[in-house]
Order: sequence, then structure tokens, then C-alpha cells
Amino acid sequence: MLSAKLFNATTIFYMASTLAFIGFLASRNKTVGLIGTGLAWIGFAVQTAAIGLRWKESYDIGLGHAPMSNLYESVVFFAWSIVLIFGIIDIKYRYRIIGAFVMPFALMGMAWAQLYLPTDINPLMPALQSNWLLYHVITCFLGYAAFAVACGVSIMYLIKAKSEEKGNEAAGGLMSQFPPTRVLDDLNYKAIMVGFPLLTLGIITGAAWANYAWGTYWSWDPKETWSLIVWFVYAAFLHARFTKGWVGKRAAWLSIIGFAATIFCYLGVNLLLSGLHSYGNLN
Amino acid sequence: MSTNQRGFVQQVWDFFCSLKLTLFVLITLAITSIIGTVIPQYPNIDERYWATISAGRKLLYERLGFFDMYHSWWFLALLTLFSVNLIACSIKRLPHVFKFVSEPALTISETQQKIFPSKDLKLSGSLDESRDTLAAFLSSHFSSPTITQVGNQYHLFAQKNAWCRLGVYVVHFSILVIMAGTIIGNVWGYKGFVAIVEGETVNTIKARNGKDIALGFEVKCDQFTVSFYDAPGGGGPSQMPKEFKSILTLTENGKEVPGYKHARVVVNEPLSYKGITFYQSSYGQANDPSTFFFTVKNRANGKTDQIALRPGSQTRLSDGRLISIVDLTDNPGEGTAAVLSVTDKGTEPKFFKVFKNNPGLDDLRGDSFIFTFVGTDARMYTGLQVNKDPGVWVVWTGCIMMCLGLCIAFFMSHKRVWIVVQHGYARIYGNASKNQPAFMTEFEALAEELQKQNI
Ligand code: HEM
Repeated sequence: MLSAKLFNATTIFYMASTLAFIGFLASRNKTVGLIGTGLAWIGFAVQTAAIGLRWKESYDIGLGHAPMSNLYESVVFFAWSIVLIFGIIDIKYRYRIIGAFVMPFALMGMAWAQLYLPTDINPLMPALQSNWLLYHVITCFLGYAAFAVACGVSIMYLIKAKSEEKGNEAAGGLMSQFPPTRVLDDLNYKAIMVGFPLLTLGIITGAAWANYAWGTYWSWDPKETWSLIVWFVYAAFLHARFTKGWVGKRAAWLSIIGFAATIFCYLGVNLLLSGLHSYGNLN
Repeated sequence: MSTNQRGFVQQVWDFFCSLKLTLFVLITLAITSIIGTVIPQYPNIDERYWATISAGRKLLYERLGFFDMYHSWWFLALLTLFSVNLIACSIKRLPHVFKFVSEPALTISETQQKIFPSKDLKLSGSLDESRDTLAAFLSSHFSSPTITQVGNQYHLFAQKNAWCRLGVYVVHFSILVIMAGTIIGNVWGYKGFVAIVEGETVNTIKARNGKDIALGFEVKCDQFTVSFYDAPGGGGPSQMPKEFKSILTLTENGKEVPGYKHARVVVNEPLSYKGITFYQSSYGQANDPSTFFFTVKNRANGKTDQIALRPGSQTRLSDGRLISIVDLTDNPGEGTAAVLSVTDKGTEPKFFKVFKNNPGLDDLRGDSFIFTFVGTDARMYTGLQVNKDPGVWVVWTGCIMMCLGLCIAFFMSHKRVWIVVQHGYARIYGNASKNQPAFMTEFEALAEELQKQNI
């Protein structure tokens, strides 16, 4: 199928983009940075086409559903969202170097999906046949992607702050390309300001869907509970900015912890906790 | 009240108002919530789980409420603390915010003049003229100002979106609304289940706590069907269910309820009447089938016949062979199949399977007759989850409020502009509650426009 080829091409573009950004870090050559961004945008365009095509292909084989219904499709959409949010930030703030800390997330997602996950288009079981699935997946993953960007920016913050502490802020050094810590801290907050309402919407659409399908909007199952845990962590982040001292380093750490919880909510719950509950090892 | 007592009350109040408590509660909720995702929770505990933990640990977990932790006393206490903190904080701050919004500072203080960004303007007209021109300018380019005289100065004050300072409180209030909705649902609602055999009618359901609940109307199951996806590559249906569908008819006092005749319930499309909602949840076979229906196609001439088989009796096919049904099997991955036996005179019987969902398969056997399994006379039952939740609309209202509140709190900004006018000279100041860079662009454009005016 053509979409599969385009997804492979996407992975290659994201890899090239990541390499260019690493080259940008090392060489401090503006053109290399521009190439990195360009490659990311081309990959994004190809991926958008591929997702659209996969959608169409699912109709062609008579299953007809949005390409967001299994792990492969969700990982692909996650990668797409990350590049989208990075692209927006790049257009708005023009701190190209952020790509070096964000594109690897998109690349890892695509590489994992293409190499290890089954790519078949599956029929939807009855519980998944709902428009809420689409709203739910889109809001959740855009939210997750904003948190991924916040995490990347926080890692940059910690590196930059560390080097400033050591005092090796030589003019023209590697660090000179990083945005000032003040800007990084602000970007972290901004990304979370975008991600938090999206996550909130994601939880709400999930609850609405559960209510349609099963008649309970909240049943404390591990996935729901973890999404609430993530929500608590970022709510703590937002409030921590109001009390003294919780900007900068601590905010960066909180953002990284938040993203770790996000990834656990997304993958860990399915891969680890369901294993714990399946009792496969007991009999 | 003695000073000591007042001091104590004040301390308790401050404790409940503090943002440190908020952080503590949020982080504690996040961490403790993990427990219930790692330890299985009632009522979904597999019996085999008990064998994997020691009796001591079981007792400890039971004491701590870990097997139903989201309803344990300490978790509910945390949620209560959370709400009390939220309410106390709002009571403490809301009056200030209201005042700030409804009675804004019309003059700009010395301190604010030092820290807010500003731009200078030269004026040529008289003080009163300049004041009026500047006021007109603000009205047309920003929003209409209030003018206050301070000594020999005039302070012109204009603002936009002052009310968006309340966005945070909308978010906080929405949390309480959602909690109220869940409480309403728990107190005045119920969750239950009912199984209805095709053709039969019920008027009560079984609640989770085992009690029978009268619905106040009757529900008849007209039909239940399962449909399957086509197998990849064609050749009939696969094992993957596509739709579970119940057809229900509601009657009240013996009369059909208008609009509820042969109403459809499928997964994700429940049916609601009088605040009670029916969700497609499970299904099964109500009784053992006694008759099995098949079509028989003659390979030579293509003629097709219908036959009905009953266990324990034989039927003669048109070529004289005897056929009977021996067994019904239902294997995962294969689906339902009938095991048939065909006996020719004087030979051993031949056994073979005919699959319900794979009608083309029997062709491959190469026999002169091709069989397809049509079905049985067994009746199905539909399993419906039945809920009444009068709080659910309160919950959705809270959710919508929360989304609106978050958008207001994060993406809208209270913008304020002052112009201090003196004889021959004025200065414009600006301030925004959010998104400083965007406001600075707007403010600088405004000041530039102002400098172009001839005042
Ligand atoms: C115990 C519960 C809570 C208390 C006492 C509390 C208190 C506060 C206070 C005092 C502020 C600062 C308001 C201001 O003056 O600007 C605030 C801000 C805020 N709160 Fe809460 N809050 C609580 C829980 C939550 C939760 C669970 C959420 C999640 C949606 C939330 C969302 C927000 C948001 C979005 C802001 C604005 C933050 C910003 O502008 O960066 N609050 N909260």
C-alpha cells in the first residue's frame, strides 16, 4: 500500500532532520539548522498525506475508519502531533535549536512504529465504533505532544542552567545557541498551557465516550486513573509557579516528571499493568 | 473569643487557604492514585490473585482499603480536603478579584509607573484639549477611558477583558460542579443489569447491590443479532464481531410508548427513556436449540433444498443417504459449527463439520452435496446495562465550564492602558495579565499610532 511507503519516507525525513539538528548543535551553522527544520516540515507533509491515504485505504478495503484505532496508528499520530507543535513553536519563536531536543521524540515514535508494531488496518470492534474515538485521540495526543515539547525544552533548560552555574558560558560556545534560560522557562510554561487544556479535553471526551458505550463516565480503570495522575502533576506544575521558587529548575523537573507520567499513561499502562492483571503467569 | 482562640482559628483558616496545601494535595492524590492501578480492585479481582499474596499482606491491604482504594475513607478524605482547600481559597481571594474587576484602579500609582512599560508624547494643545483628544483616541483605538484628575494631571484609564481574571475561578468552581454531579449520581441514581430473552418482556432490573428495581414501564426484546465483518479476501463473514444489536419496544401501562417501538440499541448508541438508559452490554443463547437448519445444494444440477435436523433422528437425502446432526461445536477462532454424519447404505458413517460463518467451505469437501449451516431455533437473550444518573448533566456542565475557564485563564488577557496627561506632555503606560510579548507588540503599535497624531 502506498501509505506504508510514505510512512517509511516520513521516518527517513525525521531521521535526517534529527541528524541535521545534531549537526546544527555541533557546527553552529545556521544553514544546517534551516535544513533540519525544512526536513522536519517535508516529513510532516509526507506524513499528513500518508495518514490521509491510510484513512482512504481503510475505506477501500471496506473497513472505513479514522486511522487512530490501534497502537501503530496512535504512535504515528503522536509523532505527527509532536512535529506539528514543534513547527508552530518554530514559526512563532524562531528558536530552531529546540528541534534537536524535540525531533528525536518524533523519530523514536516513527522508528518504533515502523520497525516493531503490526501495521495492519484492523476492523473496529463495536466498542470503538464511535466518533468520540476520533475526538478523544486527537485531543489526547495533541496534549501529549505539547508535553513532549515542554519536556524537550526542560531538558535544554537544565543543560543550559548547569553550564551557566559552571560559568563556562564562553561567547560562541555550544550553549550560546540555546535560548536564554528565561525564554526556555517561559516556553516550558507556554507548552504546558497548551497541553493542559488539551489533556483536560482528552479526559472529558474519553469520559463522554465511556458514558455512551458503557454508561459510566468514570470507573477508575488504570488508563483513566493514570490520565488523572498526569492531570494532577501538571495542575501541580501550574500552581507551583504561584508559590516562590517553583520556576526554573524545579519547574523543568516537574515538566520532565509530567512527561514521564504521560508516557507511562500512554504505553506503560498497556504494556506493563495489563500484564500484571492478565494472570497469564499464574496458571 | 480570646486572642489565642482567634489566633488558632486564623491559623486553621490560613492552613486551608494555602497554596502549599494545594500542592501537597495534588501531589499526594497523584502518588496515591497509583496504588489502585497496581493492586487489583473490587469487583474485578480474579480469584487466582489471592494465591499470589500472603495472608498477612492481604489483611494489611484490606485494612488500608487498598482493594477498593478510590472509595476508601482516606482517599475520600483527601478529595474532601481538596474541595475544602478549593472553597477556602476562593472565599479568600474572590472578593479581591471582584473588586479589582468592578472597581479598577483608575489612576496609576508611582510604583506602577516605574515598572510598567511606557512611551512619551509631546503635546502642543492646551491641557483640556489634549485630554479630550487623547480620550477620543483611546475610545477609537483601544476602549473608552475613564478620566480622573490628580493634582495638575489627568489620568486616562482604559481596559479590555477585565472579567477574564475570573477565568481561574470558573475552572475551580467547575471542579466542585463535577464533584457535585458525581455525588448526585451516586445518591439518586443506580447502575443495574437486565437480561431479556427474545420475545419476552421485563419491568424490573437488578441493581448492582442485588436489589430489584421497578422501571415504571416495560421493556420487550424483539430481537437480538450479532453481525460479523467479512473475512479478509472475501468468502463470507469472519470471527470479528461488527455489531451487537438489540431491538426493544417500550410499553407503559400496556400502551406502546411513541417513538420507542422497535427501537435500536447498539454499542455506543444507548436508548434513554424517563432518565433511564439502556446500554448494549452482553448476550447469549437462552435455551438449547432443538432444530438445526441447513441448505443442501446438489453439485450436479445446482438445485438447492432446505432441511431441518433434530439431534437423535435421521433424515433421508434425495440420493438416499441418511444424514443426522451429531454435535454442535463452538471453538474460538472457528466459530459455531455443526458436526454432521452422512451414512451410505452398508458403509461406515462419514463425519464432517459445517461452519456457520464460512458457508463456502463445504464446497471443498468435494461431495456431491454442499451443505450450509443456516441457523437454529435457539432464542438469544440480550444483556443490557441499565443506568439512571440524574447527575450526569451536572458533570457535563462542569466539564464545559472547565474547558471554557481554562481557555479564558490561559489565552485571554486583561489589558490595561493609562495615559497621564500634563501640560505639554503625556505618557502612556500599559499592562497585561498574560502573554506579555503579544501585548508589547500591541502596546507599541498603539503608542506609535498615538505619536503620529497631532495633539
Ligand atoms: C485544592 C485545590 C485548588 C486550589 C486551592 C487552587 C488555588 C489556586 C489559586 C489560588 C490560583 C491563583 C489564582 C490567581 O490569583 O491568579 C490558582 C490558579 C490556577 N488553578 Fe487552581 N487551585 C486548586 C486546584 C486546581 C485544579 C485541580 C486545577 C485544574 C484544572 C486548577 C487550575 C488552575 C489554573 C489553570 C490556574 C491558573 C494558573 C495560571 O494562570 O498559570 N486549580 N489556583
